Amino acid sequence: MIDFITQNGGDIVQKTWEHFYISAIALILGIVVAVPLGILLSKLQRTAKIVLGITSVLQTLPSLAILAIMIPFLGVGKIPAIIALFIYTLLPILNNTYIGMNSVNSGLKSAGISMGMTKIQSIGMVELPLAIPVIMSGIRLSAVYAISWATLASYIGAGGLGDFIFNGLNLYQPEFIIGGAVLVTILALITDFILSKVEKWATPRGLKIER
Amino acid sequence: MLKIENLSKVYRGGKKAVDDMNIEIERGEFVAFIGTSGSGKTTAMRMINRMIEPTKGTIYLEGEDLAKKNPVALRRSIGYVIQQIGLMPHMTIRENITLVPKLLKWTKDKKDQTAERLIELVNLPQSYLDLYPAQLSGGQQQRIGVLRALAADQDIILMDEPFGALDPITRDTLQDLMKDLQQRLGKTVIFVTHDMDEAIKLADRICIMHSGQVIQFDTPDNILSNPANEFVREFIGSHRLMQEKPSAKIVDDVMIKPISITLEKSINDAFRLMVTKRVDTLFVVDGQNHLKGYIDVEGLTKARHTTSSISEAVEKDVFYVSNGTKLQDSVRRILKRNLKHIPVVDEEHRLIGLVTRANIVDMVYDTIWGDEEINEDANDINLEQQSVSNKQLN
Repeated sequence: MIDFITQNGGDIVQKTWEHFYISAIALILGIVVAVPLGILLSKLQRTAKIVLGITSVLQTLPSLAILAIMIPFLGVGKIPAIIALFIYTLLPILNNTYIGMNSVNSGLKSAGISMGMTKIQSIGMVELPLAIPVIMSGIRLSAVYAISWATLASYIGAGGLGDFIFNGLNLYQPEFIIGGAVLVTILALITDFILSKVEKWATPRGLKIER
Repeated sequence: MLKIENLSKVYRGGKKAVDDMNIEIERGEFVAFIGTSGSGKTTAMRMINRMIEPTKGTIYLEGEDLAKKNPVALRRSIGYVIQQIGLMPHMTIRENITLVPKLLKWTKDKKDQTAERLIELVNLPQSYLDLYPAQLSGGQQQRIGVLRALAADQDIILMDEPFGALDPITRDTLQDLMKDLQQRLGKTVIFVTHDMDEAIKLADRICIMHSGQVIQFDTPDNILSNPANEFVREFIGSHRLMQEKPSAKIVDDVMIKPISITLEKSINDAFRLMVTKRVDTLFVVDGQNHLKGYIDVEGLTKARHTTSSISEAVEKDVFYVSNGTKLQDSVRRILKRNLKHIPVVDEEHRLIGLVTRANIVDMVYDTIWGDEEINEDANDINLEQQSVSNKQLN
């Protein structure tokens, strides 16, 4: 194991960085698309059922299959990998945004409206702040998914820590397989830890106070 | 000020929630909509701020048709206190109070001043402004809920069973507070409740509703003495009809002259006064006879070692009623709070009289054997007491 680190020091840093930014871009795209969409869906209950149905079906497709399907359309490399991961991050974020927005106490929503808030103000001042804890846990879930699935991305030439694992498999070098897997896990744990701090920071103070 | 004409609301499926309602509400009036659940009282109220749109009919606010106004602007001009509590848990008390001013884009200074001025109205310290709702008790939270409806200086305030979720003592305190604020600030309040005691206590006029129709819209006294039909009679309950009979009397009719002492006197003076007047409680007033508090013999004994001036020994937390209050209400308060007596003040907060537990005895007597002769007697006794205490003061 120590040999693995000393012999591949430079490679490790580069692959980890690759792995990280593939997942990060996919996650950011996922947030940018899924959070507004989830807010919109919470206002369109009927459409919501259809859209959430479709995204759940996408979620059930095997990730390797999606990656393979990408190749004829987008070729190999980082872009198809990011797009595939992005599709995977959508559902948890979309679902949690939708649930978070819907679970805001209807009394508070109607209080806001009866006080003279417009619908947009009600979303911005009441619903979104109160839904943040639920939305953030969807984002954390997606981040961990993205990092673990990014391992497979190396299969279509996107690079990342998956390269160690696939090389290890091809050349029968167990330390490459184990080393790659451990690094992916560490990356996932660190990301989750950082995002949990972000969640704490983003949650309005009044919701954290207990009597 | 507010005129409701032929107002109806029919829900999908043909259920008539409100059926041809016609009432007029004057400026500064406290009106209670009362009825069982499903009577249409809440629907009727929610049409006033257009949270529900009427099927038929018109509501005029100062002569203007509400349907022609922008609903968002309208709601900002009408205070609203909701059932349960409904403070925003992620906002500080300050932000909650100034929610409507924020929507109206007031400057920060103006918002802060408003919050600081308002929180004093409900006897909470300014330090509470930076706390969150979860740090306050239910009763304190609903005080803030009331303030939120006053913050943008709304003329009309709608209240949807605002005190229903509170315990009886807190509810009683908040009712007093609300009535006091309403009178002091001259607000028009429309109050939805299913609690007849609450309606009688607070409202200038009560609108009794049943299956969407207004059954009776009149002052509490008129409703109690003259119920429109069997339904109203049943709704208000026979015990109230009986209780209400002798209480056409107001506190002014029966109150006696209280023994008072001014702030600058010493504790020894207070003891001497108690001994000569044969009383155990003195009401403390300032030079203009404004009620400042009271001292009783227990308090004096304790304070004797630490101070010699009354201004330091005075107990400032004193329950009082205003002159013109119905005798029944003040007696109810004496009983509920287990007080020995309750001082009566005029509109400038000057001490003018005292209602004691002796009045309870009179009331019970009146209720059971209530005829004119005995009432006369009771009055005589009161007059006697009054002349006795007057003599004592001279």
